[in-house]
Amino acid sequence: MKPKVATVWLGGCSGCHMSFLDLDERLIELADKMELVYSPLADIKDFPTNVDVVLVEGAVTNNENEELAHIVRKRSKFVVSFGDCATTGNVTAMRNKYTPEDISKRAYIELADKNPQIPNEYQTIAQLLKTARPLHEVIKVDAWLHGCPPTADQIWFAVTSLLEGKIPVLPPAYLRYG
Amino acid sequence: MTLEELREIAEKERTRQAQYKHRILYCSSAGCFSSGGESARSAFKKALDEHGLTKECELVGTGCLGLCGEGPLVIVQPDQTLYQHVDEQVAKRIVEEHILKGQIVKENQLDLNDPFFASQKKIVLENMGKTNSESLEEYIAADGYESLAKVLTEMTPEDVINEIRKSGLRGRGGAGYLTGLKWDIVRKSVSEQKYVVCNADEGDPGAFMDRSVLEGDPHRVLEGMAIAGYAVGANQGYVYVRAEYPLAIERLKLAIKQAEKLGLLGNRVLESQFNFHIDIRIGAGAFVCGEETALIRSIMGRRGRPRPRPPFPSEKGLWDKPTVINNVETYANISPIIRNGASWFMSIGTPKSPGTKVFALAGKINRTGLIEVPMGIPLRKVIFDIGGGTPEGSEFKAAQTGGPSGGCIPKEHIDLPIDYESLQTVGSIMGSGGLIVMDSTSDMVDVAKFFMEFCMDESCGKCIPCRVGTKHIYMMLDKIVKGEATEDDFQLLQELCVMVKESSLCGLGQSAPNPVLSTIRFFREEYTKKLKPATCYESGNGQSTVLQNESK
Amino acid sequence: MSVITFTMDDVQYSAHEGDTILKVARDNGVHIPTLCFLEGLSAVGACRLCLVEVEGSPKLFPACTTKPTEGMIVRTQTERLKKYRKMIVELLASEGNHHCAVCVVNGHCELQDLAYEVGLDHVRFPYLFPNKSLDATHKEFVMDHNRCVLCTRCVRVCHEVEGAHVWDIANRGINCEIISDMNTPWGESQLCTSCGKCVRVCPVGALLEKGATVGELEKHRGFIKVIVTARSKHEWITVEDQEEE
Repeated sequence: MKPKVATVWLGGCSGCHMSFLDLDERLIELADKMELVYSPLADIKDFPTNVDVVLVEGAVTNNENEELAHIVRKRSKFVVSFGDCATTGNVTAMRNKYTPEDISKRAYIELADKNPQIPNEYQTIAQLLKTARPLHEVIKVDAWLHGCPPTADQIWFAVTSLLEGKIPVLPPAYLRYG
Repeated sequence: MTLEELREIAEKERTRQAQYKHRILYCSSAGCFSSGGESARSAFKKALDEHGLTKECELVGTGCLGLCGEGPLVIVQPDQTLYQHVDEQVAKRIVEEHILKGQIVKENQLDLNDPFFASQKKIVLENMGKTNSESLEEYIAADGYESLAKVLTEMTPEDVINEIRKSGLRGRGGAGYLTGLKWDIVRKSVSEQKYVVCNADEGDPGAFMDRSVLEGDPHRVLEGMAIAGYAVGANQGYVYVRAEYPLAIERLKLAIKQAEKLGLLGNRVLESQFNFHIDIRIGAGAFVCGEETALIRSIMGRRGRPRPRPPFPSEKGLWDKPTVINNVETYANISPIIRNGASWFMSIGTPKSPGTKVFALAGKINRTGLIEVPMGIPLRKVIFDIGGGTPEGSEFKAAQTGGPSGGCIPKEHIDLPIDYESLQTVGSIMGSGGLIVMDSTSDMVDVAKFFMEFCMDESCGKCIPCRVGTKHIYMMLDKIVKGEATEDDFQLLQELCVMVKESSLCGLGQSAPNPVLSTIRFFREEYTKKLKPATCYESGNGQSTVLQNESK
Repeated sequence: MSVITFTMDDVQYSAHEGDTILKVARDNGVHIPTLCFLEGLSAVGACRLCLVEVEGSPKLFPACTTKPTEGMIVRTQTERLKKYRKMIVELLASEGNHHCAVCVVNGHCELQDLAYEVGLDHVRFPYLFPNKSLDATHKEFVMDHNRCVLCTRCVRVCHEVEGAHVWDIANRGINCEIISDMNTPWGESQLCTSCGKCVRVCPVGALLEKGATVGELEKHRGFIKVIVTARSKHEWITVEDQEEE
């Protein structure tokens, strides 16, 4: 039975996922070692149970992110904060000095070309949280991968260590922000 | 002004006072003013005028009479009759019944045999209730400036320092450093210019010991400073008073002017070679300016930020010159020590903490006010005998000493003697003298949070542990109080407290975690019962449930 | 000049009168992390990163202001010190809005270097995300308060080396902020000479040059030591462009 690996993106730009894809040929090697059970890159609707390792990109910035973060934690053994947004808030958190109301107004009213209105479809549109938070302020996280995005080498090191059952202790050269 | 002239003034004043059959001394400190003392005073004046008693009975404003919770307070001398709750009606009755007819107004009389009064030992507060706060002559009649005269005529500076060293007097500002030793270091520092500074910033919330001394007996402090100046070789003194004490500032200004007029301050003090000027510097609302290096910077007109020590102010202080900096209460002890001798002082209190300490007793206690007790007195005696215990229906829980820098003393340590060393063994400090009593209704986490909010607001912001650490400690306490914190948060709180305590630059940051650590030490369950269970789905600070996180 | 012998991390060193523990450490390749210290400026002992243990005292002493005494035994790498250094960096990281990905000094930042040194992979304290402003009114430079760590190097260099005293500190505690003149916009400063010393001594991306984009600004700080030595000792020295460690 191959370990079940998942990736999730919350309030992120998907750059970390692009960096993951930068593994290039190593992806083929990785595909032999694991089973990708959930990813925005794959067409899977619900987050499955019994996930071994999950890489979570992006900060927790709206209520949908928050709900998914808790589901991910419940159903996964090892959660990795993937990239600077998940680890520190980063660019996603730059909106924190403004209120969600001000942000919505600016985005949907002031900057709208046609039909300026704040989207409010009940239970369809996610509501912004008061502030965007790093992942570990919302759920317990087991390891952190820094970088905006983390380099393919860092990702390779971390994921392969995890698949061998070892915690990835990033050597100093791999600790890099921004 | 010579010594003989000084003694003549004393004699004249005593004679002047003796001509009155009675003296009504009303407390003219800020506490009794705020509970209606002014209307009592005008009622007294009116009644004395109406009954033509002004030649027989003098109306005098005196210093804090102690039982502040029951003010306005008035004492009638020489009968030693102390009255409480003196409003306009009572004032009128005192004049018409006590003064005119010799009948004590029993309903308002306080029993001076009550332990609140009988168990106290007055040195610093000895003139309260005896002298007029605004009269230099009355101070002189109560042996005022005798010590300064003795020092200038009979003692060398070294003699003075030896006497203060022998007395074992320790700084009353909170740290308890040996005063004589500090003066000795300043004396031995080589410099043409030296300074004497009085720390009257008194920033602890709920502390009003220094305020009462400055309002009630300002000359006592000036005399102590002058003696210090002589002993160390300084010719300039500064009193740094917090701006929130306008009455104290007024009284000090008046006292300085009076003393200068009579040649007790200024050039050629008491016609000796010794010059000593005192100026007042007013604070601007920062608790951190009670820290000596920040205070010194503030006097120099700069931003009140502490600096690392060494070098200490005794070597490099105000304008980089050797500076004595002591608390108001410390200076208030100097004159009696010189007058009565070091051995007399050593006979009071404990061998390592001689003398008395003034405390501002407040909180859940029946008798709130200002007390002066010998060092080493058991806490039990202060709470239950002097303080009259906690209000009906509530039980004593803890006493907090040292304000936002101190810790709590719980019931199991109620027999602890109050002295510098013993308080440290239970994780508290003497501090400047605030003593707050808590009962079963007090929530200890709330208490810690209250003091931490104060420290966080007052942090100067120079060093990272205090500036950011106090903010996070406060936020964590808030989280605990709201029931949103986990065991991991609680662990982190304790780690952070220890770090802030050990890494901060000055005393503010170093002692800010004390109330938190102290309440955790003695009332841990009050914290833990508020924590929410941590499941692996809850927010945390990254402690893995599945694998031990070995990140470096 | 009298010489003092003391021990640091079990090795004996000599110090001249007036030397601090930090100076001896740096002269001998012993690494003690610092932030507010910059050679050429007065030492203030503010950041508390350079704290060292001295045997016989429960207190910790800042190496940048403490002078060794004869026979002193100093330790610079104990578990307690490492723990506290990490916590101090965590506190700093949580205090401001330090978004490395979009910062002009990304890759050349002293705060980043400190974080790597203490092995910071995440911050245990909640981020404060303060609402700070930035001042871009100056023709050539920008002051971004979001990134300021309040090390006060800018205050000291402008006061001690340039002599203009444009910068000072306002407010108290967590609300501290560096202000120019009497809290007027930097572009309107009566005192600023546009010398750029403050920009170069700033350890992070709070003070920056206009026209530099993400990761492009590299600051060379050795010039302060050169100027100060020239003024005080009338000696012209050369210093490596990068800060020596």
